[in-house]
Amino acid sequence: MADAIEAKELTKKFGNLTAVNKISFKIREGEIFGLLGPNGAGKTTTLSMFATLVHPTSGEAYVGGHSIIHEQGAVRKSIGFVFQDPSSDDTLSGRENLYLHALLYGVNLTDINSKIDSVLSLVDLKDKQRVLVKNYSGGMRRRLELARGLLHEPKILFLDEPTLGLDPQTREHMWEYIKELSSKKGVTIIVTTHYMEEAEQLCDRIAIIDHGEIKVLDTPANLRRNVGGDIVTLRFSGKPNVAKLKKLKFIRKTEIKGSTVRLTVYNSAVHLQDILKAAGKVEAVESRSPTMNDVFLHYTGKEIRESGDEAEGGAMERIMHYRANSHR
Amino acid sequence: MSEASGIYALWYREFKVFTRERSRVVSSLITPLMWLVIFGTGLGSILNGAAVGGDYQTFIYPGIIAMTVLFSSLFFGVYIVWDKKIDFLKEVLVAPISRTSIFFGKVLGGTTDGMIQVVILMVLGTFFGIHYTILSFMATLVFAFILIIGIVSIGLTIGSYMSSPEGFSLIGGFVIFPLFFLSGALFPLKSLPAWLYTFVSINPVTYAVDGLRGIIIGIHQFSIMYDLSIILLFAFIMIVIGTYSFKRMKL
Ligand SMILES: Nc1ncnc2c1ncn2[C@@H]1O[C@H](COP(=O)(O)OP(=O)(O)O)[C@@H](O)[C@H]1O
Ligand SMILES: [Mg+2]
Repeated sequence: MADAIEAKELTKKFGNLTAVNKISFKIREGEIFGLLGPNGAGKTTTLSMFATLVHPTSGEAYVGGHSIIHEQGAVRKSIGFVFQDPSSDDTLSGRENLYLHALLYGVNLTDINSKIDSVLSLVDLKDKQRVLVKNYSGGMRRRLELARGLLHEPKILFLDEPTLGLDPQTREHMWEYIKELSSKKGVTIIVTTHYMEEAEQLCDRIAIIDHGEIKVLDTPANLRRNVGGDIVTLRFSGKPNVAKLKKLKFIRKTEIKGSTVRLTVYNSAVHLQDILKAAGKVEAVESRSPTMNDVFLHYTGKEIRESGDEAEGGAMERIMHYRANSHR
Repeated sequence: MSEASGIYALWYREFKVFTRERSRVVSSLITPLMWLVIFGTGLGSILNGAAVGGDYQTFIYPGIIAMTVLFSSLFFGVYIVWDKKIDFLKEVLVAPISRTSIFFGKVLGGTTDGMIQVVILMVLGTFFGIHYTILSFMATLVFAFILIIGIVSIGLTIGSYMSSPEGFSLIGGFVIFPLFFLSGALFPLKSLPAWLYTFVSINPVTYAVDGLRGIIIGIHQFSIMYDLSIILLFAFIMIVIGTYSFKRMKL
């Protein structure tokens, strides 16, 4: 298959700060590609360069086969962009915002109304199309902007943190819309996110980006495999004693946090018995395959902060969270 | 084709917003009415009518039209700053239309706002004893149109370089007050001291006011064609500068 996007040593500096540092990769036509990284990693800057909104300091990229430096007009014709921050006009209704967008993209006047109708029903906003956007909820607004990004039927669609600030239910709806787009219309989708779960649920391939550099690029399954084992979490009643655990060869990594110990274990199904023997008395044990959170930790050496509540959550909440994830 | 529909899109948006925010229109008309009624009557009561060639209130009426246009058209430029603050400007800039078209769409939007205000002021003028013929009515619209295009372009130029509304107000204030006070909107040009006349004569708004006054009440310093040529040149230069600024505009 052809490449929808090719980046070659793409770099952007803002003064002394290198926001994006010599990134190179290819995105295949029709895939859902994820850029995963914490705030300030350089995701928005990367997309903005692809969309010709920001000029690269050095390097080059081709979007839909067109150079982002020399063929900006052709690039802009082939893309759609859903921005991280709200970008619709508050004083207009949902439908008026879409009409405006269709005119900006030169959609055929005879097709405008039917196209607007069809994107409105795709994102379930038909009932609210006459309501002014200032009276929309955050989720409705996001859906409207997704609809807008699709209206002119771009071959390549950029979604910058499409579910930021949405409640979990709306977020899952959004994922369905996005997946449907990719499967039904064959649109190439590049999505940025700092939600692990989102990257994993949505993307065919993921690039982990941190400090403007791509740390790794692979399928979610391969990334998880590369962590080197399963995650076993032990909860002790008192202070954990890990001296014996550390001697076991199949334990790749041992981390202590309060009364819980987190182990990265090669083939945990076989070795769980030995681990429990070495650990002595434990209150709870949890064994699971690695999540994207573990993947991120593995490649960047730090945890991605998903949201306030999780970062501040205690050990038990974390275990429950792991459990929730392991069911998927 | 797509450039034309892009220009229409931007005009459509400004027009919709304008019709939704009627309070903006009403408040923009209160100030000129206060000038006419209070300032015009107050200063008129101590002035010898002969000094201005007639009733003072009537004398400043064309100047007040110019003033209204000046303020509302220049400050129309602040909306581009708001568009930057929400990401609406990105949505426009990522669309496949040229910066030139974006600029013209905005100019048309601002000009429509301004022309609606001018028409309202012209109708209100009949209550202050102003009489229009069809010819003077049309000629007033033409003069106002050209002036508005020039001033909207200045506002948009300032807006394209600014990232905060406060910054815009500051720079806008620096530009607007000299343009207004040095235009002869409030006083006749005949008897000015040389130093002041120099400043007044290099101000393009002077010629707009002079032309409007000539058309509406028949008092003018220069020939109407001379006035017209100068403001046409002024509007043209401002459009060129505005287009250039939009091409350079960063997010
Ligand atoms: N216009 C700009 N001027 C200066 N610094 C910027 C600008 N845009 C982004 N940055 C900086 O570049 C880095 C990457 O930003 P961004 O691409 O927005 O990250 P992300 O989208 O991953 O959160 C950040 O440190 C940010 O502060
Ligand atoms: Mg971002």
